[in-house]
Amino acid sequence: MASVILPAAPSESRPGRFGIYGGRYVPETLMAALVELEHEYETAKADAAFQAELASLLKDFAGRPTPLYFAKRLTEELGGAKIYLKREDLLHTGAHKINNALGQALLARRMGKKRVIAETGAGQHGVATATVCALLGMECVIYMGDVDMARQELNVLRMRLLGAEVRGVSSGSKTLKDAISEAMRDWVTNVRTTYYLLGSALGAHPYPTMVRDFHRCISIEMKKQILEKEGRLPTAIIACVGGGSNAIGAFYEFIPDREVRLIGVEAGGCGTELGQHAARFRGGEPGVLQGTYSYVLQDENGQIAATHSVSAGLDYASIGPEHAALHDSGRAEYVSQDDAAALDAVVKLARTEGILPALESAHAVAEALRIAPSMSVRDILVVNLSGRGDKDMGILARELNLQGA
Amino acid sequence: MAIVLNHKPGLVVYLTAGDPSLNATRAIALESIDAGADVIELGVPFSDPLADGPIIQRASERALARGTNLKDVLALAAEIRNERPKAGIILFTYFNPVLRYGLKKFVDAAGAAGADGVLVTDLIVEEAAEYLAEMERVHLAPVFLAAPTSPDERLEAIATHSKGFVYAISRVGITGTQQNLTSDAASLVARIRRWTTLPVAVGFGISNAEHFAQVAEFADAAVVGSAIVELIERSTPETAPGAVARFIKGLRQPAVALAR
Repeated sequence: MASVILPAAPSESRPGRFGIYGGRYVPETLMAALVELEHEYETAKADAAFQAELASLLKDFAGRPTPLYFAKRLTEELGGAKIYLKREDLLHTGAHKINNALGQALLARRMGKKRVIAETGAGQHGVATATVCALLGMECVIYMGDVDMARQELNVLRMRLLGAEVRGVSSGSKTLKDAISEAMRDWVTNVRTTYYLLGSALGAHPYPTMVRDFHRCISIEMKKQILEKEGRLPTAIIACVGGGSNAIGAFYEFIPDREVRLIGVEAGGCGTELGQHAARFRGGEPGVLQGTYSYVLQDENGQIAATHSVSAGLDYASIGPEHAALHDSGRAEYVSQDDAAALDAVVKLARTEGILPALESAHAVAEALRIAPSMSVRDILVVNLSGRGDKDMGILARELNLQGA
Repeated sequence: MAIVLNHKPGLVVYLTAGDPSLNATRAIALESIDAGADVIELGVPFSDPLADGPIIQRASERALARGTNLKDVLALAAEIRNERPKAGIILFTYFNPVLRYGLKKFVDAAGAAGADGVLVTDLIVEEAAEYLAEMERVHLAPVFLAAPTSPDERLEAIATHSKGFVYAISRVGITGTQQNLTSDAASLVARIRRWTTLPVAVGFGISNAEHFAQVAEFADAAVVGSAIVELIERSTPETAPGAVARFIKGLRQPAVALAR
């Protein structure tokens, strides 16, 4: 057999692979763009001027470094491990998403692209993208499922105010997965002029690697801060996992530190049946969705399953490929917390610490609430508080009956 | 089995299997072959068809709503093969249903059903080593897509690893009908021919006799998909086979088609 382009080596050794996961499963039309993006990213990564501009924007525009906050009252109330919160919720636009949006927008400008598209679930990535496009003067189109537009309306309004066009997606489950498909269709059609600013550690290579790199600042800061405050590494780091961008950013620098447990929290939704949750490691099988090989919630015929979560940002049928590899190797643990536990965690954190977490991040808080009491007071938990909950006030008002209270 | 283009230019007809029903797809495929289709591309419906436009998305949703799965499509391919031994049959699918079915098991089943080849929309040559080895084992033709954006080194790989024919995408974009063919298609076909003597079929947006005649000037075959799927959408299961047959005959008779 001729071997033009085909790799001789087994798949594990290829770029863009995490163990057997990752890769590039896309229509041929996109391949040239992905190769160009990979090349431009590698060049930019090594370019001191690019890195300096990004660092400056992360500091002065986005608000890095974010604090590592000791949750004293929560710790005392739970009576176990010390709980620290990595305050990504304090970043400009309200979530960690701005780290990646800034990095990729600078890359888009460097590549001469004037039109930026993105998908969004909870709207945080959409808001971050609309924000950086306003900052850099680029045209911005955001794809968002109709269901998500309704439940995260505040973010839709913010995106429009920032000058972005928000296009509703009415196909499939009308959530994040369908928004990604529609963004990819736009990109296939306009690939010569358009930059696709993907918002999670998902999709075809180089996106999972690039998005992770732009969020590495979370664990770099976290490590420095915990060593300053405690003089030792934490017992565990807890982060919610939708596509997995905040989690991989929070985990990455600690992967070689085997004594630090890495705990990813998936959305347990409202039940254990297929369609009632987004816990890929509980009900998913390896497969290909939207450009990458990873765990996918699917039926016995390989059709992608519907998912459910009270949090739009975790409501997705697949998971970033690096998490699939961390799962299989056992380096990271993945658990799930359901809708009710996440809502309880919102209330708990709001009333003990005066911090209103995003529903996504509340899944990580819920796991901390579960495990902290049975841990030693010598143990340290760091929860990556990936975003703030202002966007969720509509859902919270309804679910927690705040209106008549 | 080899894929033979009996007409000049050849016609490849794409059908979403199971839309509006498996029986209807079978009847439409047989009528299409009798009306002059050289190859039938049987589309396996997928829940998330990100390379497809609204027409094929809707057809996929209808087929899935009726419970159509990969096994059904393989059985349908076998029926068509049985009825029309000489027609070309290609299975057109996204990768995940194949992975879930099992790559080896799928390739065996496709061979046993009498299919001539397979086109996996979201499988590029770099990721296809195992697939190519399996396809080679049962002498099935892997058909790869070539895009106007593919640089020469990619076209070389695509042309080298394709069998049966090379599928050239007429324009940058997703599937769907369109008003005018772009100049992308002719230059892409010319570039592909530097690497292969295989026939080159042009698809995406070929919607009428005028397009068909244009494609005939520089390619060996045209793929017509969305225009026929849309015609099926507008027909009843009973009238669809006849309507598609008339449309296919009209493709080869520009004057008649224009007069209508």
